[in-house]
Amino acid sequence: MAVFARRRQAIVIATVVGLALSATACGDDSGSGSGNESSAECSAFEKYSGNDGKKVTIYASIRDTEADLLEQSWKPFADCTGIEIDYEGSGEFEAQLQVRVDGGNAPDIAFIPQPGLLATFANAGKLKAAPADTKTSAEANYPADWLKYSTVNGTFYGAPLGSNVKSFVWYSPKTFQEKGYTIPKTWDDLIALSDKIAATGEKPWCAGIESGDATGWPATDWLEDIMLRDQSPEVYDQWVTHQIPFNDPKVAAALDRAGTILKNDKYVNAGFGPVKSISTTAFQEAGLPILENKCFLHRQASFYANQWPQGTKVAEDGDVFAFYFPAVDPSKGEPVLAAGEFTVAFADRPEVQAVQSYLATPEYANSRAKLGNWVSGNRGADINNFTNPIDKLSVQILQDQSKVLRFDGSDLMPSAVGAGTLWKAMVDWINGKDTASTLSGVESSWK
Amino acid sequence: MATTTPVLPATTAAPRPKNVAGRVRQRLNTRAATVVSILIAVLWTVPTFGLFISSLRPEDAIKTTGWWTFFSEPKLTLDNYNEVLFGQSASSGQLANYFVNSLVITIPSVLFPVAFAAMAAYALSWIKFRGREWIYVGIFALQIVPLQMALVPLLSFFSRGVSLGGITLMPAWQLDDEQKFIQVWFAHTCFALPFAVFLLHNFVSQLPSELMEAARVDGASHAKIFRTIVLPLITPALASLTIFQFLWVWNDLLVALIFAGGGDETAPLTVRLAELAGTRGNEWQRLTSGAFVSIVIPLIVFLSLQRYFVRGLLTGSVKG
Amino acid sequence: MDFADISPKLTVLVYGLVAFAVVVGGLLLLLDVVPTYFARRRERQLIAVAAGDAPAPPSGRPRKPREFGYAIFFLLPVVVLLLIGLVVPVIRTLLLSLRNGDNSAWVGLDNYGWMFSNDDILNVLWNSLLWVVLVPLVATSVGLLYAVMVDRARFEAVAKSLIFLPMAISFVGASIIWRFVYAYRGEDLDQIGLLNQIVVWLGGTPQQWLLESPLNTLLLIVVMVWIQAGFAMVILSAAIKAIPGDIIEAARLDGVTAWQMFWRITLPSIRPALIVVIVAITVATMKIFDIVRTMTNGNYDTNVIALEMYNQAFRYQETGQGSALAVFLFLLVIPIVVFQIRNLRRQREG
Repeated sequence: MAVFARRRQAIVIATVVGLALSATACGDDSGSGSGNESSAECSAFEKYSGNDGKKVTIYASIRDTEADLLEQSWKPFADCTGIEIDYEGSGEFEAQLQVRVDGGNAPDIAFIPQPGLLATFANAGKLKAAPADTKTSAEANYPADWLKYSTVNGTFYGAPLGSNVKSFVWYSPKTFQEKGYTIPKTWDDLIALSDKIAATGEKPWCAGIESGDATGWPATDWLEDIMLRDQSPEVYDQWVTHQIPFNDPKVAAALDRAGTILKNDKYVNAGFGPVKSISTTAFQEAGLPILENKCFLHRQASFYANQWPQGTKVAEDGDVFAFYFPAVDPSKGEPVLAAGEFTVAFADRPEVQAVQSYLATPEYANSRAKLGNWVSGNRGADINNFTNPIDKLSVQILQDQSKVLRFDGSDLMPSAVGAGTLWKAMVDWINGKDTASTLSGVESSWK
Repeated sequence: MATTTPVLPATTAAPRPKNVAGRVRQRLNTRAATVVSILIAVLWTVPTFGLFISSLRPEDAIKTTGWWTFFSEPKLTLDNYNEVLFGQSASSGQLANYFVNSLVITIPSVLFPVAFAAMAAYALSWIKFRGREWIYVGIFALQIVPLQMALVPLLSFFSRGVSLGGITLMPAWQLDDEQKFIQVWFAHTCFALPFAVFLLHNFVSQLPSELMEAARVDGASHAKIFRTIVLPLITPALASLTIFQFLWVWNDLLVALIFAGGGDETAPLTVRLAELAGTRGNEWQRLTSGAFVSIVIPLIVFLSLQRYFVRGLLTGSVKG
Repeated sequence: MDFADISPKLTVLVYGLVAFAVVVGGLLLLLDVVPTYFARRRERQLIAVAAGDAPAPPSGRPRKPREFGYAIFFLLPVVVLLLIGLVVPVIRTLLLSLRNGDNSAWVGLDNYGWMFSNDDILNVLWNSLLWVVLVPLVATSVGLLYAVMVDRARFEAVAKSLIFLPMAISFVGASIIWRFVYAYRGEDLDQIGLLNQIVVWLGGTPQQWLLESPLNTLLLIVVMVWIQAGFAMVILSAAIKAIPGDIIEAARLDGVTAWQMFWRITLPSIRPALIVVIVAITVATMKIFDIVRTMTNGNYDTNVIALEMYNQAFRYQETGQGSALAVFLFLLVIPIVVFQIRNLRRQREG
């Protein structure tokens, strides 16, 4: 969902602040003498040299403490090359980016989380093709499937930056152990577990899709994840590119399957109220009842780790953790729904290309990973640099060559659908609209 | 002006009802009026009051219980204010910076439109020329233009300049860092003018025509009449326009996002607060305290300008 | 925060203030000097005529062009700024509304066709109508009522500040406050929203207020009324203060009731201010956007024109359709413009 980057990256836990502070201290050590420091530390950046004193502006949806971490992650690069990186994050990123580009005030580089939006700018001739360096390093470190998302009409526009895994169900390992629940491996197991919990009189699932002007997106993730499980990845691709209609029976089947959980009054909405409360519950708060044992299962992406209150242990043996959202038929493979942002450029000055190329390298991914609270799909990145257990698990999944990866579908669709009618349709669907008319409504809006 | 000053003394003189019945009726009216006005005042204040109480409660209390439970188990903290005011992130700096930015943005963004609109309102009311009604109606109608549709062309005006058929009529402005304040002032001034002209025209055009004619006969120029007669008479109207314009600019987010950008060199308080509030979803504790931080200045401005209202607008008093 | 950070900002501010003084002062000075110059020249010409050296200057006629010349100077800043800031965008919007989503081809009136064939648009129009009718009416009534009642009351300043308070809060801030008021928690939980708590105290079950149409639109309208009543109150209160005291005193001596006083004296006296308030609130309501966006984002049948316009133009990359909605908004103002013209005419005649 179009906003995931803004939510994920922007969502900041207090624990990160600690990390950030210690990292700042380190950064200051190395940065103090940076100007004339041409020794070992800077030798790594030699190939980007020759841009001393130049300025590059970056615009993205990542804000606040997460933005601090970003700025730290490229500080050694900036110090050594002398390139001044002027970063700006905004909660209104998508709309503002369009205004700025139309108004002739485009940033040099933007981190765009929606391949659909990326394609719009590419087709309008606003984006510059990625430099050869970037392309080589991206091709070496990312699966070809993933790079297709930033390739428009054969031109490659930019490498992925951060990523996240969406196919997760959050649960409490502690509670599962106490009650003797086991982690389900198949869809049927999942339903059996839900029934078992429901039989105790508790509601097993909690969900929330309220997200300000992006309300509805968490429900689209449900639909996409199940679409990917119900059907083959090929059908998924046909669906997101509109080769099959949105109200195709296959899509209806997937949505109905989501409905067996989301619209089941016995299953939801633990800790909040009836089914309809899903649409007014903020997605940030939706999983929190797990901590009070009021809710047992919450499907949300890896970035939900940041939502747990300070002091919550997020680990396989901790207060909360996540398991893989099970496949319907594991024998057909285990597909993974993921998302992430792409580094694209609106300018092709040498210093802009230098920054773009650097951000595509495994070295950068490592530099950012060490600061914590980040997931990258870069296969050249060292997994030991990722500290949080959930980040580590996500990176493992993303780096696993055997997994079938697919990008969040609503980000691939035209914005009018993926960030518009589909979100609204999901809200209506939760509020009681039937599957058939929900889907045909979206279909008619897709031109 | 002298005609309006005797208003106030009349108020202190108690009305003298002619009989007992009259006295009772008036009492009832005032009592009913008092009750209703207190009721309205309470209704209008309770949400803000709830917000204020919430801003002083600890985070988990805000999220789990209503603010009214404060009365049964009072527990106050200044942490929220501490977090909003002094919590700083390396990329965005401290709130105080944004406070200064807000002031730098607001002061000229109020002065320019108020002054320009006052001049225009005078011209449209008291200088007789052909087509003035149409100009006025045109300006009036521009009020409906939604700000959002004007952002891109205006931004383009700054970043690309104006060129016609390949000839550059005006170069791009190339504003950097602090200079971006200039384009924010420009944008706010443009967007404020239709309402400002409308409001002031209403008051200026109702000034007694005898006054103007007398001045003209005495040989006063338009500039002189404007300065010495019109401006003093419409001070209350100017004061109210100033307040409204101040509030709009102070509370604006959209114009600031586009024209000032998000950095701590130029972004106003609203941009920073929106960030603080939005980064973690329903961060009530930051939202509530942040809202109060941003209310303080507008309230001071209102209270300090209030005496101008009490003097009364001239409207209707002369023409009836 | 240290001074090094602030000083460049203050420098820019000083430049701005100097520019202000130069522009405004300069214009007024110019207007003082130029007429004097012309008056002198005319004097000289008259002297010359009297001496029989030159032909007589045309008399009577020049007065009008000269008035026009002054008007140009008085109007210059406003006209130039409006041309750049608003007139050009209006023209651009008109053109864009005839083009497709990514502005690459002309599509004629297709976007307008889309607008009126879309089911949702009827709902949007109905909601917008509800807003435009209710907000000015209720906000002005409350503001007027309050202004009359607290007039010359003991704690007038405080009382007025209380109602004005919401004006000082941004639309987004106000929406957040009210989302708090309408917040919902399950029946078995503590309520955090005041409205539901009151319902619970009265023995009812908590409701999801923002889900039920059309009640939810009314609840959003409450927010706008809450804000705008302060605006109405400030302007109307000032107008009431300006009613000459002798009129009120005379009426009192005649023994009129407070009710009669309100209808026969107060209301007619403040009519111009009342019109200003209603027109201003109506226009602001037509453009309403933030409140709906923050509270429901147009879900649950609460959408309004300006929000849909913003979404189409900036979120969905459908600039054409967004522009068509904007043009529709422009058309809505026509009745008010007509009203205003008639008003103006009557005023000029009267």
